[in-house]
Amino acid sequence: MSNNDALLIAPDVLSRVLARGRSTGADFSEVFVEDKRSTSAGLDDGKIEQVSSGRDRGAGIRVVKGDTTGFAHTSDLTEKGLLAAAEAAAVAASRGGGGVNSVALGAVVRHPVNTIEKWPDEITKREKVALLQRVDAAARGVHKAIVQVSAGYGDSRKRILIANSEGVLAADEQVRTLLRVSVVATGDGGMQTGYQSLGHTIGFEVFDQNDVEELAIAAARQAVTKLSARPAPSGSLPVVIKHGSGGVLFHEACGHGLEADIISKGASVYKDKKGELVASPLVTLIDDGTMTAEWGAIGIDDEGHPSQRNVLIQDGVLTDYMWDYLRARNEGRRQSGNGRRQSYQHLPMVRMTNTFVLNGPHDPAAIVRDTKNGVYVAKLGGGQVDTASGDFVFGMTEAYLIENGEITEPLRDGNLIGNGPQVLKDIDLLGNDFAMGNPGTCGKDGQGVPVGDGQPTLRVKSLTIGGTAT
Amino acid sequence: MNVEVPELQAIADRIVAQAKPGEQVEAYVGRGGETSVRVYEGELEHFVSAQSDGVGIRIIKDGRTGTAYAGTLDIAAIAEVLAEARDNAQFGTQDEFAGLATPDGVEPVPQKFWDDDLANYATEGKVDLTKDLERRALAADSRVRTESANYDDGWDESAFATTSGIRTSGRSNSCYVSVVTLADDGDETQTGFGFSVGDSPKDFNLDKAAREAADRATRLLGATKPATKRTTIVLDPYVTSQFISILSSAFNGENVSKGRSIFAERIGEQVAVPFFTLVDDPTNKLAYTATDIDGEGLAARRNVLIKDGVLQMFVHSSYSARRMKTTSTGNATRGGFAGAPGVGCLAMQVAPGSKSQAELIADIDDGVLIQEVSGLHSGVNPISGDFSTGASGMTIVNGAVGAPIREFTIGSTLQRMLQDIVAIGNDIDWLPMRAVGLSLVINDVTISGS
Repeated sequence: MSNNDALLIAPDVLSRVLARGRSTGADFSEVFVEDKRSTSAGLDDGKIEQVSSGRDRGAGIRVVKGDTTGFAHTSDLTEKGLLAAAEAAAVAASRGGGGVNSVALGAVVRHPVNTIEKWPDEITKREKVALLQRVDAAARGVHKAIVQVSAGYGDSRKRILIANSEGVLAADEQVRTLLRVSVVATGDGGMQTGYQSLGHTIGFEVFDQNDVEELAIAAARQAVTKLSARPAPSGSLPVVIKHGSGGVLFHEACGHGLEADIISKGASVYKDKKGELVASPLVTLIDDGTMTAEWGAIGIDDEGHPSQRNVLIQDGVLTDYMWDYLRARNEGRRQSGNGRRQSYQHLPMVRMTNTFVLNGPHDPAAIVRDTKNGVYVAKLGGGQVDTASGDFVFGMTEAYLIENGEITEPLRDGNLIGNGPQVLKDIDLLGNDFAMGNPGTCGKDGQGVPVGDGQPTLRVKSLTIGGTAT
Repeated sequence: MNVEVPELQAIADRIVAQAKPGEQVEAYVGRGGETSVRVYEGELEHFVSAQSDGVGIRIIKDGRTGTAYAGTLDIAAIAEVLAEARDNAQFGTQDEFAGLATPDGVEPVPQKFWDDDLANYATEGKVDLTKDLERRALAADSRVRTESANYDDGWDESAFATTSGIRTSGRSNSCYVSVVTLADDGDETQTGFGFSVGDSPKDFNLDKAAREAADRATRLLGATKPATKRTTIVLDPYVTSQFISILSSAFNGENVSKGRSIFAERIGEQVAVPFFTLVDDPTNKLAYTATDIDGEGLAARRNVLIKDGVLQMFVHSSYSARRMKTTSTGNATRGGFAGAPGVGCLAMQVAPGSKSQAELIADIDDGVLIQEVSGLHSGVNPISGDFSTGASGMTIVNGAVGAPIREFTIGSTLQRMLQDIVAIGNDIDWLPMRAVGLSLVINDVTISGS
């Protein structure tokens, strides 16, 4: 078997398409081909409501001339269809003359970071559906207050192929498997919700390695616990964030602000801060697409660059930003494996992969004990950031009061708000109990990509909690 | 839909004709295109021109539902989608309420969704007006830079057919421009945006979009963090629109029947102040999300959700209606060919009051004008009703707008906020969102800051 056997499009066709992309004098052309099959199943109100299958297949063609990018995509993967899209992208990028009529491609680059044991298409739909029924039963068994359970299963198998006019030829196969459960409990004070999810960039073996009943029980307990929750405090307090629940804090507080496309437009508070102390010296922040099986893991990025481990902040000092092809080219440097896109219908841009903070020196139990009064956040929801001002919010979906160094009463849901650079400096305790968090979808400029996050238990000495209790 | 698409209708009809005995089959066939222009510092940053198509099929047999889609109209692929949907239907749980919509005799209200001016608009013109928008934003204030100026348009054609006798097709197009701005003052940078929508580029108000983008970025320069307190807030129309949209899930009949709505069992009760009336009216062409048919092919219609503060009804698809022993209200939603139908409000509108925003503010001694909110997806729980979002805006002191404030939250519950409304503005703004904007004054909201 030659190295080119399993390619979605033959290299000689790719060469001609790339040449057509540069036919109007452009200096760069690229073909991104995707073939994705997905299966999902949803359970609600005790019933498997539907099982669904999807197929997305097509190519996106990008042509760059000077500072202008032209882009076209097509679901027609014949040479004719690809050439037409290349022509459209070339016209979009340029109306100039000149031109190139051949592109030589290198050997295929593959850089697998995950080993798949149980491919999604080798598992019967019956087995997939059965998982949801186990989740439903386990969640309902927790407490009589549980009145509703919904659960979803999803898997996808995506093959991608990238070729560009600089000779890059790279392929990857990405398999992702996800399970989520939402629970509603009802009591005297109204309804409350619990949510848990599990997602990895591997196949069905994820369910041999993780207990789905445990996941369901955790979601159910979260909802039941919140039935006696009191309104969250309002105002600024110390906040302790449980390990593996708060990576989204860094994703919003600084991750987006370290993306080179945002930096290049002067829309980040972290612009011109390389080499400066931007966080507590306790903080070392990494973005790492190579983390085996994690939700943001990729073999190669969507521009054909192998994923890699990038140190963004070392002992509080900003060491580097994240880069895609275009932004790296403009700065005359190497890209960092962060060029990603939602699908063949989208342009790539700088995106995070798995973003996390390394262990610190403190005992997590002591972090709580040393906090006289504050809030303990056991589970975070999503977040949002304004990269230019640095102001960001993130939700808490399971939180408790800390009173006299002890975790006490549960709190109702709410947002926390802070300013990124200030919050990074205000991290005064960092645990030694690192854990990765839950699978996430990061949205930017209308595109969603899978990302992971993680951190040890930590304390921010002051954050504003958006509750209603005074 | 008033313009038919026979070619796609034929594909949908052919799929439905392949139904086997005992099967209900629904086919949704779509095709569309988009143009996306981005300008930065006077230069074309990117130009995207793309087309896509696809088919989604839903099959129900013996009360079990299976669905499948593919992003292509290739004949072999369509056959595969049909086979997959059929296979998937074996694994659902038997549900007595599962099924397709059936024709209910309600005629769609004709509306215009296609504009020939837009369809024929020259590419060069799209690039030029984007550059023009960026220039105007820069000219509006010397402290303003841009991050991007954008022009986007799209068109789509779709056809729909079912074994239950629904057949419909149509096409639509739309366009908008937007500009993202940055304003600097020393070390501080704030962000703003402005936009304009229209049936065609001829309708754009570039000056207004540019001015709003500049205002939004500059007005927050020098903003401070307010002290924590309980106070009266005025929601700007843009914020009210987002607030009202959140309520959609509480009217959703499927959520109600599954015990996930704060309004369950409350029809006939006073859920809001007596001067608050809320309708869902996708037949009003002024609404950005106006439509003539819903996601199951039934006519979209005007529904009164809350009248004089009293909860009137829930909205339904055919499935949620069967679950609750009622009929569809034409509120099935659908996200293109890849999505299965859900339920939701389509175009929500609060009945306006009599005062302008300035008059509303003049009545307030101490309060906050909320001009932007963030984290609606992370800090609002529509099932428990807990409401907490990040916010920025201006103080209100003795009936006038004061200093800018940021990095605080506003908190209450959805249930309380509806009862704490004290006034509604007359400043209707048909924003490109699911709910119309107008100013809304709400008492007793917690501002959480320093």
